[in-house]
Amino acid sequence: MMFGIHWDLSSNWAFAVSIIPILLRGMIITIEATALGFLVALVLGLVFALLRAVPLRIIAWPTAFVIEFLRDTPLLVQLYFLYFVLPNYGLVLPAFLTGALALGVQYSAYTSEVYRAGLEAVPRGQWEASLALNMPAWLTYRDVVVPQAVPRVIPALGNYLVSMLKDTPILSAVTVLEMLNLATIIGDRTFRYLVPLSMVGGLFLVLTLFSSWLVRVIERRLPHDGIPLR
Amino acid sequence: METLSSLLPPLLKGARVTAELALASTVLGAVMAFAAGIGKLSRFWPARVLSILYVEIFRGTSLLVQMFWLYYALPLLGVSLGATFAGILALGLNIGAYGAEVVRGAILAVPRGQYEASVALNFSRRYTLWNVVLPQAVVEMMPPFGNLVVQNLKDTALVSLITLSDLTFRAQSLRNFTLETVPIYSLTLVLYFAMALVLMFGMRWLERSLARRVGVAAARARS
Repeated sequence: MMFGIHWDLSSNWAFAVSIIPILLRGMIITIEATALGFLVALVLGLVFALLRAVPLRIIAWPTAFVIEFLRDTPLLVQLYFLYFVLPNYGLVLPAFLTGALALGVQYSAYTSEVYRAGLEAVPRGQWEASLALNMPAWLTYRDVVVPQAVPRVIPALGNYLVSMLKDTPILSAVTVLEMLNLATIIGDRTFRYLVPLSMVGGLFLVLTLFSSWLVRVIERRLPHDGIPLR
Repeated sequence: METLSSLLPPLLKGARVTAELALASTVLGAVMAFAAGIGKLSRFWPARVLSILYVEIFRGTSLLVQMFWLYYALPLLGVSLGATFAGILALGLNIGAYGAEVVRGAILAVPRGQYEASVALNFSRRYTLWNVVLPQAVVEMMPPFGNLVVQNLKDTALVSLITLSDLTFRAQSLRNFTLETVPIYSLTLVLYFAMALVLMFGMRWLERSLARRVGVAAARARS
């Protein structure tokens, strides 16, 4: 029994059906962790991208190093680092928040590269034209550069969102009760791993297929020549 | 400094396991990538269906779920793999599915003229694939493969969750033992980073030497 929900061990099918409500609770945690982590990745990635673009090497180079380091080390170890080290500095977060933070930190390294590529893909002539028109920098960004960069950035961000979704089971290592963790707990208690683990696999397949489809739909609807920000 | 010198030897032992796992799963992944990548383009429909199913299932579900499935669920079907084999299998099959898309993309990116020339020269399909298409495509595959190899190295950390004593596992048990959390995890991260750098330079070297051998570097510079 979990969350007051009993499972039915009379047959594999009955067992599968009876644990669906439990796994769906885990799915909500999975989706919440992905959403929160992605938000962190979007914001922190932007900070990294901006710091890296600063003309001062003393800022840009260390930032580039940090991005590379975050990208080339395992999420699981980064997660452990945050989970066990942050409390040493008096920052005690619940496992879920630490997990979402770790997801966000790792993926911020990826999103910062996406932002950079998006900005660099805007043709030089656009910048030069804005300069020729005597536009102030912030107007150049708001009305010329960013609107053109956004359609190029969205598909890549979407792919990272899907990939982040598939990384959430790692949070089970620090006791977050997402789908995989619930499935192994059910397995531990019933000695039947096959059904719950296969169902988690199936549910992930449904989630990723749905989210990839969503990303494609959004991608198709984006205007190619840029979206106005006003 | 003293803590460092006492922490490093056990971590290096774990790093060795990590390196071996990464190597074995990369080899398996490369084989699967070529098999499924070429299979997806096959004229023979069962090969296409099989390749598509493989790629979609392994890309569509989470690596950790696959690993747990192979390690905990498969024995209930009568197949007991052991942690090392289950880990290598999950890692290799997972990264192979991503690699298959790279292989397929690179083959499709070979200019049409190359195929037409092969037909004109009356080459068989197999000869065209092995001696004309793949040598050119392989060079194009190397940069994305480089990313996947590093991705795979990072993914090996997950085997610690199916009881294998890799670098991450050693770090965890050292932490339980000594509570030197900050130096242990910092050192672990640095070791992973160092291994990733070695892989990146290795892959870059491989790309350059392959390009030289195939002679496409000149062609690419011209286009």
